[in-house]
Amino acid sequence: MKARIKITLKTGVLDPQGKAISHALDQLGFDGIGDVRQGKYIEVDLTETDPAKARAALEDMCERVLANTVIENYAIELDGA
Amino acid sequence: MKSAVIVFPGSNRERDMLYALEQIGGQKPLTVWHQETTLPDVDLIVLPGGFSYGDYLRTGAIAGLSPIMKAVKEQADKGVRVLGVCNGFQILTETGILPGALLRNAHLKFVCKEVELEVATNKSVFTSAYNANQVIRCPVAHHDGNYFADEDTLNRLEAEDRIAFRYTQATNPNGSIRNIAGIMNEQKNVLGMMPHPENLIEAAQGGTDGRGIFESALETIA
Repeated sequence: MKARIKITLKTGVLDPQGKAISHALDQLGFDGIGDVRQGKYIEVDLTETDPAKARAALEDMCERVLANTVIENYAIELDGA
Repeated sequence: MKSAVIVFPGSNRERDMLYALEQIGGQKPLTVWHQETTLPDVDLIVLPGGFSYGDYLRTGAIAGLSPIMKAVKEQADKGVRVLGVCNGFQILTETGILPGALLRNAHLKFVCKEVELEVATNKSVFTSAYNANQVIRCPVAHHDGNYFADEDTLNRLEAEDRIAFRYTQATNPNGSIRNIAGIMNEQKNVLGMMPHPENLIEAAQGGTDGRGIFESALETIA
């Protein structure tokens, strides 16, 4: 089973990298660029076949290491679930 | 003063820290590898600067899961003094020993220069050798030193007098919220700070303003 985890900065947390990307898009002439926020994307291969168990384990991973919940949110997508 | 410096793969300021501790504390500090699970009996544990685990995932995140960090947390809970400088501060926030987080510098550049710090409180075992509101010089060298915490946490840190150092408004090098350069835990036996006091302890380094932190810790143990 494959998990896809998206980690994004919480609202209100400054994202200077997102700002720099927004400026770069502006400079390339793309119109109408508003806020840009940069995050992380992590793929995890799991041998677990029970989606509920896999999700519980992934949530634990996110809480304990993959995300820093002081500043980040996470969203888990499970393939074939 | 008996002290120990924890070394992680990617630490690079441990030698400066060992030197400062020996010069000021009078005793050779112990060096403890991150794979150890127990700590010797010491008065002060130091997490030095560097780029532990190449800053992979987030600064300090992987180091925070090192076996030794369990022992560091236990000692901190018992009241043993813990000082985290730069990467050490990042590790302390990642493990939740200190609140908040350190984000990428607001201007996105690595910053290596001298700043001015205001001693925000001298009522602590790390700052008692300074005068309250004294302004000291101190070098910084980091890419992720932009302190962030939510409003409630910030208000609490202020109300509980747990902000040890603030950058002067004009020299805030990284965009840290409320100019925060260093904070303490609730019991005030753990200090995390981005600037490097160990690099300003003798005339050959251009000044001695950093000595106060080590002298405070030393005095209050004796």
